[in-house]
Amino acid sequence: MQISGAQMVIEALIAEGVDTVFGYPGGAIMNVYDEIYKQTSFKHILTRHEQAAVHAAEGYSKASGKVGVAMITSGPGFTNAVTGLADAYMDSIPLVIISGQVPMSLIGTDAFQEIDAVGISRSCTKHNYLVTDARDLARILKEAFYIAASGRPGPVHVDIPKDVTAQIAEFDYSVELDLETYKPHTKGNPRQIKKAMEAIAKARRPLFYLGGGIINSNAAYEVRELVQKTGIPAVETFMARGTLSHDDELLISMLGMHGSYAANMAMSETDLVIGLGARFDDRVTGKLSEFAKNAGVIHVDIDPASISKLVKADYPIVGDVKNIVNEMLESVSLINPSRYSSWRETIRNFDELHPLTYHEDSERIKPQWVIQRVGELLGDSANISTDVGQHQMWAAQFYPFSRPRQWISSGGLGTMGFGFPAAMGVKVASPEKISINFTGDGSILMNCQELMTAVEKKLPVINIILNNNYLGMVRQWQTLFYDKRHSETDLSVQPNFVKLAEAFGGIGYRVTTKEEFDAALKEAVEKNVVTFIDVVVERLENVMPMVPAGGSLFNMMLLEKKERK
Amino acid sequence: MQEENARRVISVIVVNEASVLSRITDLFSGRGYNITSLTVAPIPESRYSRLTIVTSGSIRVIEQITKQLHKLIPVLKVYEHADLVEKEMALVKFPASENITDIASLCAAYNGKIVNVGENVIITMVADEPKRVDNFLKIIMKYNPKEIVRSGAVALER
Ligand SMILES: Cc1ncc(C[n+]2csc(CCOP(=O)(O)OP(=O)(O)O)c2C)c(N)n1
Ligand SMILES: [Mg+2]
Repeated sequence: MQISGAQMVIEALIAEGVDTVFGYPGGAIMNVYDEIYKQTSFKHILTRHEQAAVHAAEGYSKASGKVGVAMITSGPGFTNAVTGLADAYMDSIPLVIISGQVPMSLIGTDAFQEIDAVGISRSCTKHNYLVTDARDLARILKEAFYIAASGRPGPVHVDIPKDVTAQIAEFDYSVELDLETYKPHTKGNPRQIKKAMEAIAKARRPLFYLGGGIINSNAAYEVRELVQKTGIPAVETFMARGTLSHDDELLISMLGMHGSYAANMAMSETDLVIGLGARFDDRVTGKLSEFAKNAGVIHVDIDPASISKLVKADYPIVGDVKNIVNEMLESVSLINPSRYSSWRETIRNFDELHPLTYHEDSERIKPQWVIQRVGELLGDSANISTDVGQHQMWAAQFYPFSRPRQWISSGGLGTMGFGFPAAMGVKVASPEKISINFTGDGSILMNCQELMTAVEKKLPVINIILNNNYLGMVRQWQTLFYDKRHSETDLSVQPNFVKLAEAFGGIGYRVTTKEEFDAALKEAVEKNVVTFIDVVVERLENVMPMVPAGGSLFNMMLLEKKERK
Repeated sequence: MQEENARRVISVIVVNEASVLSRITDLFSGRGYNITSLTVAPIPESRYSRLTIVTSGSIRVIEQITKQLHKLIPVLKVYEHADLVEKEMALVKFPASENITDIASLCAAYNGKIVNVGENVIITMVADEPKRVDNFLKIIMKYNPKEIVRSGAVALER
């Protein structure tokens, strides 16, 4: 088939089963947009900023498990998208990002809107390509989708000069991939798995340490079975929320900097860490030399480079978590759940000593209450995205997650401005669920232009702004570690969020009481239009517990004891 | 025992394609690893090139470097050498007024010779183990070398 490079892009997207492309046009990518105009196989969602296009593709991918696709032009279009690329890279989200580039003849001449895109994206993508001949396009796009989704997933960037999109050449998407240098390990070594199971059977205080890799490999239900059959307690990383259901007795909670007391103490007291798709991130481990100090470590991960990178693994197992957990289930009879009953008791005591909670001691609504309340009212029927800051940590701590892919948040990069566009992508991927974005008064202003996209494309995201008039998380650090010098974090000067939403054709509420909040949420769900609910919350609330950066996991600042809620 | 910051030699076989070298060097700079020397040339009659990288770090760091290199899509193989034959070349330019006989016999002791004689300068080459090349370059200082260039090491596992 002789077609143009631009047509090839369309054909490849169709062949990959892409149903939605998020993007923003411009000079260098116009040939492709002309073909988008002519086709009816997939929809294109015009965001109002390239960063938002990539975050929307991330949200779409995280909610659906499919590869997210975004399309942008050269120069500023591309540089606007870089934050999204970096975000997807840090959180291992499979994306294919297609950017236009100036024509080949102009590359290297400082042409209008020329930037060395592959030079910039190299360090924040799993792989990237500059296409120099349309005859390579079929192979490159096919490789891009394969590389993005296989192994440890990640974003792949394909940069296509304008003349290549105009070039007519033969297109055959049935080309066999020949990636001699890229062969991800997916099957774990059976001997290692056996040894690991024996170690678990011998341990006294084993602990499952569940990471985001479980979500990526669609292994949550297998992990649930493994946890249940072994009777071994589990902690989840921030990225793994929803792996176990909130009401699972064996789920302790999230661990790490803002993990629960019981989760962090369990990790400090365990004698065998069973790491599944987790990467021992510094926000999880605290001071490395004190982390799970007396424990052996089983580490299952698809990425060999993650194993023994920070914490030495005694039982390294490289492979896809799902395969390995399935194999572990085969020898699960080795393990006697009653062996760990006193360990479970110890953990229950930790939790009773310092449960994850907060005090209702203010006239104002407590931000944590809002999260819990949404959980009570919407629970499983909502997907939860967040921005970055205190509200994000409270959402991770207090929302009653019940399933994998319910939780969509920027973990590795911690990107303010992620939440709203991601929640739009989530809505596209699972329209039957309510798409909630918990956000802050700081974060929402990064990408609030997406109100326009949400109105135009009827993506009724409900943005719940936990409005503390602060860049709260930074303010918290200033309060605790900078002697209350609140440098440049006071957001007392604010827009009228209700009018802001309305200006774009969305709806807005400002609420100061619990009753008003319930009413606003109910109405927002019914009206099914993009919404801002501006919730006035206690200004000086801190996220607790907290392990100060670089401190040991067991040395937590805790909620002051008062009469509890 | 684990030697901190010991010198290590790593060979990397990569697909010979555009920007593959930047992928490698970006990885080193991005992750804070250092490169003492790096050589690269195509492997005859294949689509691959071979890089020899001399670096330093603890066993832990080297293990990470090796794994991270492996993660790059165009990387076929990574060898972290233990038992190897290693050679490096150096070219040195001397004023023609220096004692050429002395220089020539020194070069010979380091697998080298005079390769060019001009009106004002002579150029010599030696090829030997990197440590011996260090030595050679120390010794010849008294002959007032005008310019020195080293190739970086190449290595093969025994
Ligand atoms: C793009 C970006 N810039 C800066 C930061 C640093 N940062 C982390 S949390 C935070 C405050 C966020 O404020 P807000 O959205 O109001 O959330 P809150 O903490 O008040 O809940 C800032 C500035 C960041 N994570 N991302
Ligand atoms: Mg705030």
